[in-house]
Amino acid sequence: MAPVGPRSGDAIFSSIDRVNAELFMLTYGAIVRQLLTDLEEVEEVNKQLDQMGYNIGIRLIDEFLAKSGVSRCVDFKETAEMIAKVGFKMFLGVTASVSSWEADGTCCSIILEDNPLVDFVELPDTCQGLYYCNVLSGVIRGALEMVSMKTEVTWTRDVLRGDDAYELQVKLLKQVAEEYPYKDDE
Amino acid sequence: MIGVGKMKQYSNVLDKPLSKGKQEVSLTAFSFLFSELVQYNQTQVDNIAELERRLEDAGYAVGARVLELLCNREKGNRRETRLLGILSFVHSTVWKVLFGKIADSLEKGTEHEDEYMISEKELLVNRFISIPKDMGTFNCGAFVAGIVKGVLDNAGFPAVVTAHFVPIEGQQRPRTTILIKFADEVNAYITLFHSLFLKLWDKTLTFDTCSAFFHPFCNRCLKERHG
Repeated sequence: MAPVGPRSGDAIFSSIDRVNAELFMLTYGAIVRQLLTDLEEVEEVNKQLDQMGYNIGIRLIDEFLAKSGVSRCVDFKETAEMIAKVGFKMFLGVTASVSSWEADGTCCSIILEDNPLVDFVELPDTCQGLYYCNVLSGVIRGALEMVSMKTEVTWTRDVLRGDDAYELQVKLLKQVAEEYPYKDDE
Repeated sequence: MIGVGKMKQYSNVLDKPLSKGKQEVSLTAFSFLFSELVQYNQTQVDNIAELERRLEDAGYAVGARVLELLCNREKGNRRETRLLGILSFVHSTVWKVLFGKIADSLEKGTEHEDEYMISEKELLVNRFISIPKDMGTFNCGAFVAGIVKGVLDNAGFPAVVTAHFVPIEGQQRPRTTILIKFADEVNAYITLFHSLFLKLWDKTLTFDTCSAFFHPFCNRCLKERHG
């Protein structure tokens, strides 16, 4: 049966299959280490992590829409709230908050209160330029692109680099008009 | 709200208290991440064996850390030093923490004394994976085999660990068996231990006590038993 209306992140998270967060964070760590060995350049690793996130994002949005019962958001503000309150909760089990809106409502910050990727992590001196959690920014970018929003997502604060929180800046570049009706025969 | 989004900072990751390990993420998040791991590694290799080796490497890194973490948290800073002990540690403790359940079975190999098998009807990492025809015997369980190898190696029981699909009658999907073959040096070490034991303490070490306490495939015991 289709869910009726939007559900809260908590409700979804408690009703779906879950795995231990340590398996998740150690697996992610293994990925990052593999990339660092293969690609050598920290910049390249950042790029690859972002690309992986993007690949995840474009598929993950389907599950998000199916499970959350969320329908069209009226504006970017609502979208950002959905990502922070429902998205992060239902996939990672953590909550995030939205702040620092720019006056025109196209740019905001998502602040993670807890980050299930970094529990055992410390950046060595050789990896100072690494955005360890770059996969997350890719996920948001990919997911939003699938719902017709071109965005730019960058890390503005990162505890691993000495800041006091994890903060992502999400900037709406443009809204792509949906082409409809789709041409089936092409 | 004051303090929202502020995380306590530690100068060193080791100063941070060890988490209780109760935190969870959605299976979807893990599965997507795992699929990216596999897809990325596919771009780095020419053949299946190489792909499995790379997945095993990734798993090995996880296993080594899991051993350290669990010995600290679950075992009060003790590590298993006996072969059967470490095997059951993998089969129950490690499995329970990583996959939320104890593995379906832990068996001794029938053909070789130094082989053990951990089987799982539906291995977590294989749950959403179907192998294309042209990829033959490829098994993503190589990642889990790597975890097992990482745990065993770092606990001092070097082994070759591989993952295999085993068809079950009447079931559409095969189960995954993790095959553990201990390295010769494990055997040699244990046999040496048996000899030392005889010399130093007890002149009546029988096969049964030896296998219970040290090693189920002690060379010396096997020789005595099979003549």
